[in-house]
Amino acid sequence: MKIEFEINNTRREVDSPPMRRLLDVLREDLRLTGTKEGCGEGECGACSVIVNGEVINSCLVPVCQTAGASITTVEGLAKDGRLDPLQQAFLECGGAQCGICTPGMLIAARALLDINSQPTRDEIKEAIAGNLCRCTGYVKIIDAIEKAALDP
Amino acid sequence: MAVGQNVLRKEGVEKLTGAARYIDDIALEGMLYGKTIRSPLARGLIKSISFDTDFDWSPITVCDWRDIPGENFVALIENDQPLLVARDVRHAEEPILLIAAESRTLVEEAASRIRIEYEELTPVLSIEESLDCREIIYGDDNVFKRFLIARGEVDEGINQGDLIIEGCYRVPHQEQLYIEPQGMIAIPTDTGMTVLGSMQCPYYVHKALKQLFNLSDEQAVVIQTMTGGGFGGKEEYPSMIACHAALLAHKAQRPVKIIYDRAEDIAATTKRHPGVIRHRTAVTRDGRLTASEIDIVLDGGAYVTLTPVVLSRAAIHALGPYRCENVRITARAVATNTPPNGAFRGFGAPQVAFAYEMQMEKIALRLGIDPLELRRINMLKEGDITATGQQLRWSVGSEDVLNAAVERSHFREKQEAIQIERASGDSRKRRGVGLSFFFHGAGFTGSGEAKMKARAGIEITDQGRARVLSSSTEIGQGTQTIFCQIVADELGIGFDDVEIEETDTSRVPDSGPTVASRTCMVVGRVIQLAAREIKEKIKRFAAELFGAPEIDLMEGRFVEGGKVLASFAEVAREYAAQNGKLKVESQYASPMGVEWDDDSYSGDAYPAFSWGAEVAEVEVDMDTFEVSVLKITTAQDIGRAIHPLLAAGQIEGGTLQAVGYGLTEELVWDQGRIVNRMLTNYIIPTSMDAPDMETVIVEKEYPHGPFGAKGVGELPMDGAAPAIAAAVLNATGAFVSEIPVTPERLMMIHEGTRRESNED
Repeated sequence: MKIEFEINNTRREVDSPPMRRLLDVLREDLRLTGTKEGCGEGECGACSVIVNGEVINSCLVPVCQTAGASITTVEGLAKDGRLDPLQQAFLECGGAQCGICTPGMLIAARALLDINSQPTRDEIKEAIAGNLCRCTGYVKIIDAIEKAALDP
Repeated sequence: MAVGQNVLRKEGVEKLTGAARYIDDIALEGMLYGKTIRSPLARGLIKSISFDTDFDWSPITVCDWRDIPGENFVALIENDQPLLVARDVRHAEEPILLIAAESRTLVEEAASRIRIEYEELTPVLSIEESLDCREIIYGDDNVFKRFLIARGEVDEGINQGDLIIEGCYRVPHQEQLYIEPQGMIAIPTDTGMTVLGSMQCPYYVHKALKQLFNLSDEQAVVIQTMTGGGFGGKEEYPSMIACHAALLAHKAQRPVKIIYDRAEDIAATTKRHPGVIRHRTAVTRDGRLTASEIDIVLDGGAYVTLTPVVLSRAAIHALGPYRCENVRITARAVATNTPPNGAFRGFGAPQVAFAYEMQMEKIALRLGIDPLELRRINMLKEGDITATGQQLRWSVGSEDVLNAAVERSHFREKQEAIQIERASGDSRKRRGVGLSFFFHGAGFTGSGEAKMKARAGIEITDQGRARVLSSSTEIGQGTQTIFCQIVADELGIGFDDVEIEETDTSRVPDSGPTVASRTCMVVGRVIQLAAREIKEKIKRFAAELFGAPEIDLMEGRFVEGGKVLASFAEVAREYAAQNGKLKVESQYASPMGVEWDDDSYSGDAYPAFSWGAEVAEVEVDMDTFEVSVLKITTAQDIGRAIHPLLAAGQIEGGTLQAVGYGLTEELVWDQGRIVNRMLTNYIIPTSMDAPDMETVIVEKEYPHGPFGAKGVGELPMDGAAPAIAAAVLNATGAFVSEIPVTPERLMMIHEGTRRESNED
């Protein structure tokens, strides 16, 4: 089935069985491997992408559901060779350690800041509650999101 | 200067933009997908294997144990763990067959067409069943390994005490739960085999691969790809997966990728060793320890793997950071028919730390002494002697960390506030505050480093930059960054002028595994020595070149008498033109006077210890018995912090793993199989579960570490579980002797139905 969507501000068309996971289409067909698979059951959030402004787990969404949608992956955050303020803040605050949860964290944080430009620490914690990190203890991730909000 | 500065991490940008390539991000031309067919049984004999004749097997590559060219084992300490079961199944999820096909769908379909029949045998599934020896599954008595640490006269010490306090503590399995599952790609080459993958220890995989196909050092090539967390879980198990992928690749003569899904990863790979630890302590009324008898039993699982080394670290740390003249520590690791337990951050120490700290809580309770005071009375200080007879000569931050944790957390004020609150009446939610005090030996135990002789080097590139050559892996902790900082400062060039060679066994020497809190302290030291030698060589060359005997190299420039003569890069290029590539390799040598005796198990167990103290504040819901950790204040002496931000990141991350260990992480077993093999039911802390954390880094410099650094990786794993249990005791009066402190367990203790709560 031919499915067209906009990904990171570019129109793309894929030819895929409709029930394939969006995650696999991103990683295998479009080679956007920044989106990761940590559990395949929507618990870890490593596969988070933004679809029409909402964070979703791309391992739980069949690609046919994204026909016509606007999708943002981690590859779409930096613009014209400049890091997104969130990426810059993660870099400076130590928000990425092993880096495997980082794309999903950045996506969840981006979606938060897009609707709430000055979140409290508790709001940040809630926004990333669906993204598991085993390295940082979350402290420096929350620091980074706070910094990006203050310093966009 | 770069050391002590929070420079940006070397591989940061690629991780943040999604450009970093982890193993599953790599797809090769003609690559097959591999899968492991495993035993559902914990113990049995394979009777038959049949392949559905209605299925087309021609596009499927199948390997069994007969495809193994050499001997059928994973090279590690003892060669007892087979790569593929020939007949005897010794644990559930043990690998039996390997299959590969062009698509994941096809490989799954093929897997469903295989039938294996077994003759079931009675499995040994717990420490108790192993010790009772009704079924013998290893040696004569199911014991993999024993250690004895003895010091002083225990009987005399018991006589000197006013009372004897006994405790029995239980610690569970714990899953490392790196977010990137295990994975490898094997590529057959004209000369041998190349393996890429997620791993901590390229030279472990290299050794296993060499032994599998009888390859030379050069024929086996192992390359670490960006690794999404390890925590010990990618120390030894990757050798197994690499060999599996290589077997399939060898047979198919095509690249083969094996990526575990989460369920397989949880069910089949190594865990933290569960254990039972008994303490019998003699104390005087004023709180001095006069004798300590400790018995440790760890469950090693079905094969030896790294268990003896874990047991050794457990035994050496068993008394905790306390003074006691009369000590007897007995330690055993036993075999069970469960997947082998292995390396996990802390490596035996978190298990014994929970036990020794809860024993201190018990002693404080029985003597009516304040728990903090009891620690102060008995804590090890500089000049004191440990259980193995090691005199602590340097870098002992014990008092500093305890004072810092107590002051920064306002421990005393919080204790008082809780007492006042308690006196004003009972409430549904009760607060509690508890502390823990702990230490962790950095580097390999005993003579390990002297035997390992870690190697690392530096070469100067054609562009006149310094490149670090080491097999120590970046697994998120910041290896690449801190190595470059050390080289920059030792050599006298900028941080940006130092780079890291790819972790590829054909390009870097064997620096030993990336484990045991040894990367910074031990390998960092070797790299510092290499940088020192490079600097000497290039300075001598520059002195001749410019006729300037007093020349020095500072911040990338050669200067004499305040005058800049040339840049480092210019001189380096000239050096290469005249003398060829400038490259230095160094080797670790134990500091003078650091000595260990393997026979008597005594001496300097570690060149240095890192020290920690932690205060946990909890709130317990007395209806649901849920424990919320509100705040953790931790002070850790790690020697000089090469990169304070990364070091704090290690401390915070390790502390949260330890919160999970103490509170929520529990595996459920059924006939030797893990039932909860998903993230929905194996519960690691989320951002909502994470307490506020305050971290204090104490820097008691270690004279033989790079710029005074010690180890930081594992220490943070040791303190949170006992601190939380102590806070729960403070909040509820329930003495927890088994973790995790789940609501069910706490309710049972509270209602006095648990055996151990009635024990004394």
